[in-house]
Amino acid sequence: MSTITPTIAAPAPVSLTWRRLKDFPLIPTLILLLIAFVAIFADVLAPYDPQIGSLARRFRPPFWQEGGSMEYLLGTDHVGRDVLSRLMYGARVSMIVGLAAVLVAGALGTFLGIVAGFLGGWVDQVIMRLTDTWLALPALTFAIFLAAIVGPSELNIIIILGGVYWTRYARVIRGEVLSLKEREFVNLAVVAGCSRAKIMWRHILPNVINSAIVLATLMLGVVIVTEAALSFLGVGVPPPKPAWGLMLADGKKGLMVGYWWLTVLPGVCIMLMVLSANLLGDWLRVKLDPQLRQL
Amino acid sequence: MKQYIARRVGYSLLSLFLLSLTIFLFIRLTGDPAALLVEPGASAQDIENIHRRLGLDRPLWEQYWLFVASFVQGDLGLSFYYRTPVLDLYLQRLPNSLLLAAVAMAFSLLIGIPSGILAAVRVGRMWDSAGKMFALLGLSLPSFWVGLVLILVFTVWLGWLPSSGAGTAAHVVMPAFALGWYFAAAHMRLTRSSMLEVLGSEYVKLARLKGLPEALVIGKHAFKNALIPVITLAGINLVVMINVAVVVETVFAWPGIGRLLYEGISFRDFPVVQGVVVIGGAMIVLVNLAVDIVYALIDPRIRLAR
Repeated sequence: MSTITPTIAAPAPVSLTWRRLKDFPLIPTLILLLIAFVAIFADVLAPYDPQIGSLARRFRPPFWQEGGSMEYLLGTDHVGRDVLSRLMYGARVSMIVGLAAVLVAGALGTFLGIVAGFLGGWVDQVIMRLTDTWLALPALTFAIFLAAIVGPSELNIIIILGGVYWTRYARVIRGEVLSLKEREFVNLAVVAGCSRAKIMWRHILPNVINSAIVLATLMLGVVIVTEAALSFLGVGVPPPKPAWGLMLADGKKGLMVGYWWLTVLPGVCIMLMVLSANLLGDWLRVKLDPQLRQL
Repeated sequence: MKQYIARRVGYSLLSLFLLSLTIFLFIRLTGDPAALLVEPGASAQDIENIHRRLGLDRPLWEQYWLFVASFVQGDLGLSFYYRTPVLDLYLQRLPNSLLLAAVAMAFSLLIGIPSGILAAVRVGRMWDSAGKMFALLGLSLPSFWVGLVLILVFTVWLGWLPSSGAGTAAHVVMPAFALGWYFAAAHMRLTRSSMLEVLGSEYVKLARLKGLPEALVIGKHAFKNALIPVITLAGINLVVMINVAVVVETVFAWPGIGRLLYEGISFRDFPVVQGVVVIGGAMIVLVNLAVDIVYALIDPRIRLAR
């Protein structure tokens, strides 16, 4: 036997920082809280109006670069709007759209998943075939499509993303309900004379809510990226609202002449938020729900 | 087994039917294509004429029937906007999409498989953690942003690669990387978990007991078997790549299927949208069907379960 045999049972000791990070994603949580804080208090924190600019001061670089000033810390965009203020208000858009869309998708998917799994029969067939159909169309294409129908607005984006991303919840939750409904406590509830609606609401739902929460955390990242992609393509949040995806689309105007801050900064914000949500979701997945580890 | 296959095929056909119906109805909700085709200030009569020419004056069920009947015969109709057969438009763009997907897939496997193996062999150590971070980054970065940053670095600052269009090998590098990274992360994750499973199996233990060198155990016995699920996923993802590249194609002005669909939606070009979506959906449904059947052939438990 060679000495470098990899063993799964006893992982090699890792540095303390890493282990702590693995145990509780402190930094990602702090980042998410910071973004939430900025989103809530954008009115107070932002130095300028995010939608009003002046062509006289367009394309100013960030303060540490030549030509930049402390007046506009992160520079200005193609119509002279303050990038920092727009990023702050953009956090609000991402937070609202992300959380609301995840909530809509989660509610819809969990409901359909429970109903399909618990009732079975033709209801199950209909819902699952619908899920298959939804999945045959790439989510982003579907979202672009729906956005073209209902027109761009924040509320529409929330409904669209909810209407596109419920399938994952439906599949996972249905699978769990299938095994839950064979359990004793459900049989007892039936014997005790509970109605089916009541069993689903009082006995099944509390048992799948953990999975729904884990999925929601993992979906938050997906939803935020999709919202950014839709805004980038011009079918998401309508201009001149400050959304990160929209800022990236505007940033293209200065990209070829090297105005990097208009492209890099909004992307970094998206990355920080999505990465944090994913890290937190991964941790929750392992802690809350061992069954979901394979997901 | 026959029954299982029949049921699977039936479900797939049902999904395709629902998909075609959904897309047929939804695209008609986006508005009247005639409004985009006429000059401003056209009379109601002009619009009427266009409706008649495009067949939009007929009842909905008849339009749907025509669409399905000609689709089955391989005729996707004429594009409202280009006035050429949709199939020709599709086949013009398909090579570009295939090229992009193939190179992106090569990137994703070249990055994903070695890093996945490394992470599995060094599980819990630095390489594993680095791999996990890399995979999470890949899943967290929007591909279009990766594309924009690539343009910034390699076109604007370094001047090495062209930022848009297609034609030479240099054109495909950046879009393929932007598209491939996301999938590299997925392939890395699967390679890692698949390798871990195989490394814990009896025959790998036996190979070690025989005294084979570790490199041979991992390279020959473990790797080959761990690769099967990864190749399956890669096959599915290749089809997915062809159909989800719209944002990357937009960033790099890459003339692929995604752009065709996107333009179709903006111009309310019903035949183009219907054709592209149903072909794409058919590809995905077919690949899933193939995977289901192959798995059922390999593993009897799947076909016996309902």
